[in-house]
Amino acid sequence: MFRRLSDRASGEITFTFDGRPITASAGDSVAAALLAAGVRACRTTPVSGAPRGPYCMMGVCFECLVRIDGMDNRQGCLVTVQEGMRVESQRGSRTLTPEPAQ
Amino acid sequence: MTHHQSDQEPDVAIVGGGLMGACVAWGLARQGLRVCVLDEGDVALRASRANFALIWVQGKGIGFPAYAAWTKASAEAWPRLAAELRSETGINVGLDQPGGFTLCLSDRELQANVDMMARLHNQPGTVTYPYEILDHAQTKARMPATGPDVSGSIYCPLDGHVNSLRLFRALHAALKAHSVDYRADHAVTAIEPRAGGFALTGAWGEMRAAKVVLAAGLGNARLAPMVGLEAPMKPSRGQIIVTEKAAPFLRYPVVTVRQTDEGGVMIGDSEEADGSSLRVDHSISSVMADRAIRMFPLLGDLNVVRTWTAFRVMTPDGSPVYEQSETCPGAFVAMAHSGVTLAPQHAFSLADYIATGTIPKEVAVFSTRRFRVPASV
Amino acid sequence: MTKGRVSTERGIADLADEYDVIVVGAGPAGLSAATTLAGTNARTLLVDENRTPGGQIYRAITLAQPVDRQRLGEDYWRGRSIAEDFLRSEAEYAPATTAWSIQPLQGDAGQTIGHEVGLSSNGVARLIQARQVVLATGALERPFPIPGWTLPGVMTAGAAQIALKTSGLVPSGKVVIAGTGPLLYLLAAQLIEAGATVSAVLDTTPRENWLRAFRHARGFLVSPYLAKGLKLLQTVQRRTRVIRWVSALAAEGEGGLKEVVWGAGGREHRMAADLLLLHQGVVPNVNFSNSAGCAHEWDEAQLTFRPQVDEWSASSVAGLALAGDGTGIGGAEAAAIQGRIAGLGCASRLGLVAPAERDRLAVPLRTSLARAMRGRRFLDELYRPAKAFRVPQDPDTIVCRCEEISAGQIRASVSAGAGGPNQMKVFLRCGMGPCQGRLCGLTVTELIADERSKHPSEIGYYRLRFPIKPLRLHELAALPQTETAKVAVLADLADTHHPADLNERKPQ
Ligand SMILES: Cc1cc2nc3c(=O)[nH]c(=O)nc-3n(C[C@H](O)[C@H](O)[C@H](O)COP(=O)(O)OP(=O)(O)OC[C@H]3O[C@@H](n4cnc5c(N)ncnc54)[C@H](O)[C@@H]3O)c2cc1C
Ligand SMILES: Cc1cc2nc3c(=O)[nH]c(=O)nc-3n(C[C@H](O)[C@H](O)[C@H](O)COP(=O)(O)OP(=O)(O)OC[C@H]3O[C@@H](n4cnc5c(N)ncnc54)[C@H](O)[C@@H]3O)c2cc1C
Ligand code: FES
Repeated sequence: MFRRLSDRASGEITFTFDGRPITASAGDSVAAALLAAGVRACRTTPVSGAPRGPYCMMGVCFECLVRIDGMDNRQGCLVTVQEGMRVESQRGSRTLTPEPAQ
Repeated sequence: MTHHQSDQEPDVAIVGGGLMGACVAWGLARQGLRVCVLDEGDVALRASRANFALIWVQGKGIGFPAYAAWTKASAEAWPRLAAELRSETGINVGLDQPGGFTLCLSDRELQANVDMMARLHNQPGTVTYPYEILDHAQTKARMPATGPDVSGSIYCPLDGHVNSLRLFRALHAALKAHSVDYRADHAVTAIEPRAGGFALTGAWGEMRAAKVVLAAGLGNARLAPMVGLEAPMKPSRGQIIVTEKAAPFLRYPVVTVRQTDEGGVMIGDSEEADGSSLRVDHSISSVMADRAIRMFPLLGDLNVVRTWTAFRVMTPDGSPVYEQSETCPGAFVAMAHSGVTLAPQHAFSLADYIATGTIPKEVAVFSTRRFRVPASV
Repeated sequence: MTKGRVSTERGIADLADEYDVIVVGAGPAGLSAATTLAGTNARTLLVDENRTPGGQIYRAITLAQPVDRQRLGEDYWRGRSIAEDFLRSEAEYAPATTAWSIQPLQGDAGQTIGHEVGLSSNGVARLIQARQVVLATGALERPFPIPGWTLPGVMTAGAAQIALKTSGLVPSGKVVIAGTGPLLYLLAAQLIEAGATVSAVLDTTPRENWLRAFRHARGFLVSPYLAKGLKLLQTVQRRTRVIRWVSALAAEGEGGLKEVVWGAGGREHRMAADLLLLHQGVVPNVNFSNSAGCAHEWDEAQLTFRPQVDEWSASSVAGLALAGDGTGIGGAEAAAIQGRIAGLGCASRLGLVAPAERDRLAVPLRTSLARAMRGRRFLDELYRPAKAFRVPQDPDTIVCRCEEISAGQIRASVSAGAGGPNQMKVFLRCGMGPCQGRLCGLTVTELIADERSKHPSEIGYYRLRFPIKPLRLHELAALPQTETAKVAVLADLADTHHPADLNERKPQ
């Protein structure tokens, strides 16, 4: 649904989305990198479980929520993608994992 | 907006459409009375949409055993209220009474709460109810998310919570089902006893009713003297933090942290003797957030989506006031700081007393006379 | 602290505790305000959520390549000098920093002596004081609640523009652009210029708007908008199909967009699509000014609430100025001028510019502002979105995307006693999700107004609360804690409370 202009590709970055390796361009937001990789839906809603994907790309709609390096509900359009980042679909509400026993 | 406007004079006019007004209106309408609720508009001081939604028994009634009994009976009547609202409106108010905890972050805090519960239960003539004092390990066994800073807790099996916004909506839906005439944007500025009834006026015009109930929360202070009543209140401001939705992690309500049935976590509530401004104090939010994270360390990464402050409808001793005017019979005042907990009492019992025109002796102790006579305890 | 930049390792921990002025928003309005203020020697901090300056129109301008000049046009390129002027100034700049709260600071006599602004960056929050604050938080695309607008594959046209400006992404596959507004054709032209193949542009501008707009044609004819608009229209018409007088629109598909359905000329049409880009104008982003308690009014020409400002862009809250499209849509040029005027106003309130000097400096600015505003009325009238696209008629259309509340639920709740947006929140939770009403607020107001046969100005808007953008609980927990606050939470056990070390605290 999006392709990258050849003159705008900068240093390659590899990250994973739901375990699948994806190549992005340095400076991409996570949401942009996912769109460039053809990912339309990145989460399901906590209310009905409906699929959603980035809508505004400017940080106001909260549709681009993803889990990044184990942290739930991050706004993909405001986070710059980093080498080796582990991005996952956000399934419904965020989960809270209890601290490991002290 | 207006459920049902009739030109006919209502039997009872209720000033205020918060939880108190809505509960009483519903109770009266169920007895077949014609009820009109006069309320302010969209923006108003309305504790009923700003509260913490606990149905809470533990700790209530120090120095006032009747209040402890009234509260306990209310918690016990909650399942009936929830069931009747559900059958009348189809709305599930999310009642959950698994018992509740007071979590303590130091031994001194725990001791203070243990002492308080003992004093409460040692009052002559008071109702007693079960509760447990738990140490850290026992607390953690029941709530695995408990953090290492928790010294211990008090657990009372009578405590619980509801979805307070759905309660508010269910009551309004029930009013509509009973053809209660609910009028928003109808602030009452004056009430006058007239020809065996009352005339209520505001910028919107005038209305007459045989009886009037003041359920205007903070607004009662100004209205009560117009019909020979008093509504003494002390300023009390509370602050609440709400987070984004999270998957269920907390089985029980804690007096300062609870997870709603929709997933959001509410953290509250502070108390300041301030009635002047609704400004949110981030320093207070910080202390509340800090304590909440120490109670449940996994909360730290949750996103906060809202904070707010609200004024409580707080009487000088924190207990409710129900009273019929001596000089203008037919005029009642009703106010309570724990309007969620006491909703069943207001819908079932108080509405009955207002309909019959007499407040029975055991409930008459909640009149404002107690502020004038030294307490006999 | 080097000028124009915050050291990236420590981020907001490096900021001072106090500034003369904090400016929020690095679009044309905020950049110009900050540059102007720094020029008067005011100690100025500019914060913006984005990583680079520019705001919406000049997004990523400091990263732009010469090819972008052709692709995005001269109006975009102009942002370079605005951003460079700022970066050369003495103002400090905190990029990737969100402002989430603002509250007045009171002096001994209860008068406002400044504000405390809540900032958050990279997981750390701070409260920073400023004697004056300028909010230049810009605009948002107007909500476009049609059936299916929540499907993956439906985005705003502005979102596609952002993907283009920041990452060089161009829509591909079957792309449909739909809506109205002066920016619609600009966005379409930019995307086409960049190589997107657009299947169709569905223009929802109602026919009758042309008549209404005609009355205001004089200003438009002498404004630069005319020539620019015609050129854009030509580009778009030459390269794609433009379908006019579209009166109904829906996105369809299971789990994602498959088809766009529209009504025109009394008939229903469909087209397969992978991407639907919606746009029906922009409206002020009022979340900050609303939560700060600024007075707002309904703007009938722009069909939106906007904060009231005086001739120096000062709001109704002392010490708080508002500039740019956040005060009403005037466009980038007007925003930059307003920013400078707001800057002069603040500088004069700070005693850094004498009133006479301020007035003198403002004269040419006001002339340019009047010129920049020419033709605006025509655009407002012409691109006034049809009621059907603002006030959903289909009861199943989702209005609040976060809590998934439909138009039908909202209408039904009006008669159940929720006569205003704040009671509606209590009844339905609409506006209570993470977007905090940004994508449903205007729709809810207009729906209630429609249902009650009242004017939106009588209905009002959500009352918004801090934080205006979410921040983490541990960030809140690491803010300074006063003794009063401990007493408010713990009463006579206040001395048992010792703040936990949740974040790396700012060294005192
Ligand atoms: C922060 C906080 C936390 C709380 N937590 C809990 C809890 O956990 N559990 C619990 O049981 N209780 C709790 N409460 C208390 C509970 O919310 C209140 O007891 C209850 O909502 C009071 O309801 P009310 O109808 O008396 O008052 P309100 O909700 O204040 O309603 C008063 C109504 O009267 C209207 N009104 C005022 N003046 C006029 C006038 N002149 N004419 C017409 N209408 C008028 C107002 O617009 C309003 O609608 C809490 C309260 C606060 C503030
Ligand atoms: C998506 C979109 C695309 C647009 N594209 C164009 C275009 O191509 N051409 C055109 O002429 N006009 C465009 N506009 C119209 C635009 O409103 C004006 O042209 C111009 O950008 C307004 O300038 P401003 O300084 O008022 O606000 P903006 O340029 O919008 O700048 C506001 C800035 O404030 C920041 N901000 C907002 N809230 C906070 C916060 N709480 N904390 C920190 N930072 C914050 C934002 O991130 C943004 O950088 C667009 C508008 C939108 C919404
Ligand atoms: S796409 Fe809207 S917030 Fe990220």
